[in-house]
Amino acid sequence: MAIHDRINEKSPWTDITEGNKIYEAATSRDFCTGEWRTSTPIWDDEKCRQCLLCAPVCPDSSIPVRKGERMDFDYMHCKGCGICAKVCPFGAIYMREGKNEKIF
Amino acid sequence: MAIRERLSGNEAVAYAIKQINPDVMPAFPITPSTEIPQYVANYIANGEIDTEFIHVESEHSAMSATVGASAAGARAVTATSSCGMALMWEELYVAASNRLPIVLALVNRALSGPININADHSDSMGARDSGWIQIYAESNQEVYDNYIQAFPIAENKNVHLPVMVCQDGFITSHGVENIMLIEDDKVKAFVGEYEPEHYLLNADERIAVGPYAVSNYYMETKRGQREAMLNAREVILEVAEKFEKMTGRKYGFFEEYRMEDAEYAVVIIGSAAGTCKAAIEHIRSTTGKKVGLIKIRVFRPFPEEEIARALANVKAVAIMDRSEMFAGTSGPLGAEVRAAMYQAHAKAEVVNYFYGLGGRDITVSDFERVYENLEKMAETHTAIGMYDYIGLRQ
Amino acid sequence: MEQVWEKAYDFKKVLSKPERLAGGHRMCAGCGGTVTVRTVLRALEEGDRAVIGNATGCLEVSSFMYPYTAYEDSYIHNAFENAGATLSGVETAYNVLKKKGKIKENFKFITFGGDGGTYDIGFQSLSGAMERGHDMVYVCYDNGAYMNTGTQRSSATPQYADTTTTPAGKVSAGKVQVRKDLAAIIAEHHVPYVGQSTFTANFKDLYTKAQKAIYTPGPAFLNVMSPCPRGWGYEPSEMMNICKLAIDTCYWTMFEVIDGKWVLNYEPKNKLPIEDFLRPQRRFNHLFKKENEELISLFQAEVDKRWEELRNRCE
Repeated sequence: MAIHDRINEKSPWTDITEGNKIYEAATSRDFCTGEWRTSTPIWDDEKCRQCLLCAPVCPDSSIPVRKGERMDFDYMHCKGCGICAKVCPFGAIYMREGKNEKIF
Repeated sequence: MAIRERLSGNEAVAYAIKQINPDVMPAFPITPSTEIPQYVANYIANGEIDTEFIHVESEHSAMSATVGASAAGARAVTATSSCGMALMWEELYVAASNRLPIVLALVNRALSGPININADHSDSMGARDSGWIQIYAESNQEVYDNYIQAFPIAENKNVHLPVMVCQDGFITSHGVENIMLIEDDKVKAFVGEYEPEHYLLNADERIAVGPYAVSNYYMETKRGQREAMLNAREVILEVAEKFEKMTGRKYGFFEEYRMEDAEYAVVIIGSAAGTCKAAIEHIRSTTGKKVGLIKIRVFRPFPEEEIARALANVKAVAIMDRSEMFAGTSGPLGAEVRAAMYQAHAKAEVVNYFYGLGGRDITVSDFERVYENLEKMAETHTAIGMYDYIGLRQ
Repeated sequence: MEQVWEKAYDFKKVLSKPERLAGGHRMCAGCGGTVTVRTVLRALEEGDRAVIGNATGCLEVSSFMYPYTAYEDSYIHNAFENAGATLSGVETAYNVLKKKGKIKENFKFITFGGDGGTYDIGFQSLSGAMERGHDMVYVCYDNGAYMNTGTQRSSATPQYADTTTTPAGKVSAGKVQVRKDLAAIIAEHHVPYVGQSTFTANFKDLYTKAQKAIYTPGPAFLNVMSPCPRGWGYEPSEMMNICKLAIDTCYWTMFEVIDGKWVLNYEPKNKLPIEDFLRPQRRFNHLFKKENEELISLFQAEVDKRWEELRNRCE
């Protein structure tokens, strides 16, 4: 169950955790910041050489890497800043206008 | 067998710390509380306790490190006075709203300016809205007893609030009096092992402390703190009862002294209650006039109904404030006690005095004049010298 | 014993480590601050637990906005000026609870603060924590102004920068004073490790410094230039170019101080003129007006002076 199904802006005071502590890790994963995008990075896995230079520059931890290879973008959290597209030496990431509605 | 000793208030608190052996104590020197960390440092230096002392570079850092240690899962304490607590101000709120069971030994001292090192309550009264439980003492014995009781109150799972254990600077902190100390094993058993449920260093969970919370959450959070404060009422009395069983010494929200038939009452906090008691004995034995005293022990949570009930049958009351709040009207105790009496439709005449600011003496004869005024007020139904000062050169 | 930072830097392996800063935080698109946080936390060994501290600032209000924490580790924010003291309390609690046998796991302690919370309001708390020798790392993500409140000048703001409290105007050319050299000041505390870094293509410099900071026993300080697209006025996608220009002009220097020994980590083959770093940023636009030409040479002179000082220290 996502965190906002338990604690949200309609919760009565009795449901607010003591001292506002949160007793679990990384609950922000349940929050969608992908809606902020005005342009969307598109990954071309054919052009991608898996050099991974794009992965550490992402401010939103939205380029997951598994066993030395990057996966597709985490569009729920990517804000579309475009840093990854700029650092790609192989033109394997391009920016498309809009937030890419199909993802939501 | 309890141990008969002669100790100052600071020594008594330090001795209680030694018996409780808390995990972490960050502290910074400030008169008149400095001796407390000094004594603790000595216990540590001689291997008598295994508390870790943090030699912080300010009181702000003292309370910040105490907050960090407490959130991490340690039993954490500190001590301070006056401007030291003023520098902690922000952190007092953080400690309370994070619901951390910190115990602060506060040696009350006037706030600057001018700089003054003597007793008054401007430091703790200013912090009365910070969300801390506040317990005050008249004597060394009470400071010691309150300090030990503070832990089971703060750490009770229905409370989880920090506690400020207050004593009057120099008068109590440095005055050596007879005291009955409790045996180490009994203190340890009374306070118990600290077992926090949620904490940063817990092996079984990850927690996050201290969020930004928007207005949709802030008000509900404050309501939660209020609930803890309401719960503290019951817990304070339960702990006092348990303490009485162990020591025979009885505590409540306040002490009623010769109030059983009193017509004229003083309401006061702290060491000056002892002087007032001497005046009461003198008046009663020489004139037979029915004078009494309410000495507030627990100011937060404020025992509103209980105070109103205790004053229900008196003819006139003098509420004595040892700090200004510059409303141009009442002091803090005056405002709250009168509000309590109004709510209870009390009939008594009320006057509010300021006394003892910056360590100004108050004497038995001062209290005798207070009772004389109360008698006149009851006859004329007018307050005499409302918001007047005692001991001010006119 | 081989130290963790002495292992060869295997870029792919390093990036395959589990992410310790989750997405869903509310930092701006293109923020350099979270890139710093991700990289530093990546330097933790996988089995190690950590408590992350945080001074109030952009990072705090965005990464733990109730009820959303972005951290995979336990986390504490206390206030603006006390990240050093707060984490010193946590670390001390760890030591005593470990000694008492109440904790078995190994924990590391890392706290983040912006330059406002570190150079300015949190300076005393940081100094105290470093002096007392707590086994912790203080990481300053230095974006050169109070960005959370809307780009007000700090003592880390470069000279002549146009900020909201040092606006360039008819009779003002932005901030009057030069930057405080905080890394040097912390090095003078005689702590075992101080590192200054920013982002490079493979992040080896920052990652390795974070490893050293975390795994060198005792207090450590990292100062990491973390670009802020809003406050500096550049296109968010340009972050890595801005970093490259910062180090190739020697505006930002990469060095470490290991047990008092100064080591220079990067020396550009061709030191670029400072204009190259200033030109792409809105905060320096006014310097390119005809009447302000002299200011750019004064900026250059300051950069050159500090670069020489650093090289001398590192010899």
